[in-house]
Amino acid sequence: MVGKGGIKLVEGGLRHDGRRLDELRPITMSVGVLKNANGSALVEYGKTKVLAAVYGPREPQTKYMLLPNRAVIRCRYHMAPFSTHERKNPTLSRREIELSKVIREALEPITISELYPRTSIDVFIEVINADGGTRTASITAASLALADAGIPIKDLVAGVAVGKIDGFLALDIDEVEDMYGEADMPVAIAPSLRQITLLQLNGVLTPEEFIQALKLAKKGIEVIYNMQRETLKRKYLDVKVEE
Amino acid sequence: MSITPSTEFFVPKLKTDVIISMLGKGLRPSGRRLDEVRPITIIKNYVPNADGSALVKLGNTQVLVGVKLEVGSPFPDTPNEGNLMINAEFVPTASPVFEPGPPDENAIELSRVVDRGIRESKAIDLSKLVIIPGKKVWNVWVDIYVLDHDGNLIDASSIGVLAALMLTKLPEVEVRESGEIIVNRGNRKEQLPLNRSVVTVTIGKISNYILVDPDLEEESILDSKLSVVVTEDGLIGGLQKSGAGYLMEDELPMLINLALSKGREVITTVKNLVKGP
Repeated sequence: MVGKGGIKLVEGGLRHDGRRLDELRPITMSVGVLKNANGSALVEYGKTKVLAAVYGPREPQTKYMLLPNRAVIRCRYHMAPFSTHERKNPTLSRREIELSKVIREALEPITISELYPRTSIDVFIEVINADGGTRTASITAASLALADAGIPIKDLVAGVAVGKIDGFLALDIDEVEDMYGEADMPVAIAPSLRQITLLQLNGVLTPEEFIQALKLAKKGIEVIYNMQRETLKRKYLDVKVEE
Repeated sequence: MSITPSTEFFVPKLKTDVIISMLGKGLRPSGRRLDEVRPITIIKNYVPNADGSALVKLGNTQVLVGVKLEVGSPFPDTPNEGNLMINAEFVPTASPVFEPGPPDENAIELSRVVDRGIRESKAIDLSKLVIIPGKKVWNVWVDIYVLDHDGNLIDASSIGVLAALMLTKLPEVEVRESGEIIVNRGNRKEQLPLNRSVVTVTIGKISNYILVDPDLEEESILDSKLSVVVTEDGLIGGLQKSGAGYLMEDELPMLINLALSKGREVITTVKNLVKGP
């Protein structure tokens, strides 16, 4: 079977980049990558590269939106103009406005915002290079940056997209697979809480495929979650002794 | 930038507690069952100048959807397909919290979820909207106008879009030898080609209770929502979790099955209303 663009995405059980269907791209992550931000993280899923910075809890320059009983989360997902094949206009697109909202809503359940009334926790996400899965990499990076900023959270949240390509469900789809595949389902889970904090589907799935896709996403998220924990631990292991 | 909203429509704590305890007994303030969708009414072709339109009431939520067809150029990657554009406006008539101005993140999210549902399930047969192959196609503009907000704007909008598309007739076109295209809007005959019907069904979660088609009061105290795009053949045509809460992994299959069965009921209702007098 061939995808909608007439491009073969799965051949002999392997994908166009040689991965198996249930295989993640090589993932790297690091925290504390920015000096000024209270917390920061850089996350790479293959060629997708996302930077997240957290400022706060702080008093923002405009205060009308602050809430008396909790901190507000302000979130912006933004793609750098050079992050895509054709230059992306740097003004916020409708897509970026929607993603800023769903990413904020993916972080709200884990953040203990009641501790900081009348303040703002600002999460700024910059997509440096886009090759599919930018929103899920953004959530992985943002939750690391929240932890790096020392903001109390109930759990980390990790994201991954599952796609349907040439009729097969595939983990962590990249841009080519998203473009020519039949469905794209980004998922973010806080694994210790068993909470799904982001769920979207662009494409058509049967109810059975959906259950399978969710299982596959969970499998990938477990791996990413463990990497997140190791990354945070590593930050404190690498103590440099001043001579 | 997306900012945690203050509660749009404030429900006192006492009332919230009463609603939650009612839900525990399978009751809702409106008298509906937890899985009951509000009554749907459709006024067909409400806008004579539109090529198709429908005024939909879902309980007290009112949404007007108008479809306009224009001759346009195809995108380079789809030379032999018409173009679909869906936009939503939350007009300030609809609610004291709606301000005039460009669409906010809620309006953008709504239109994008409805758009994805229609597009990905191939509800419209865009391949039949070609006037001159590779050169001229129909642009299908679908504008969602939220007139009165009593909760669950997304389902009301998706019902409105389905009804308006079913009521859309293509204007007569004449292609002259010079390549000039004459559109005669006075003569709309042919039905807009549709492949399948889709609607969204939104399920709300308040503490551990699940309810279908939340009204404004219920929506204001929801933890989270899941909107499921349901196709008439029982497939999932899209999903969107929204709201600051979460969904539990093990409750998802139940939510999806509930949405699928409700969605098919809603599609049948819409079809009957559109075909009826």
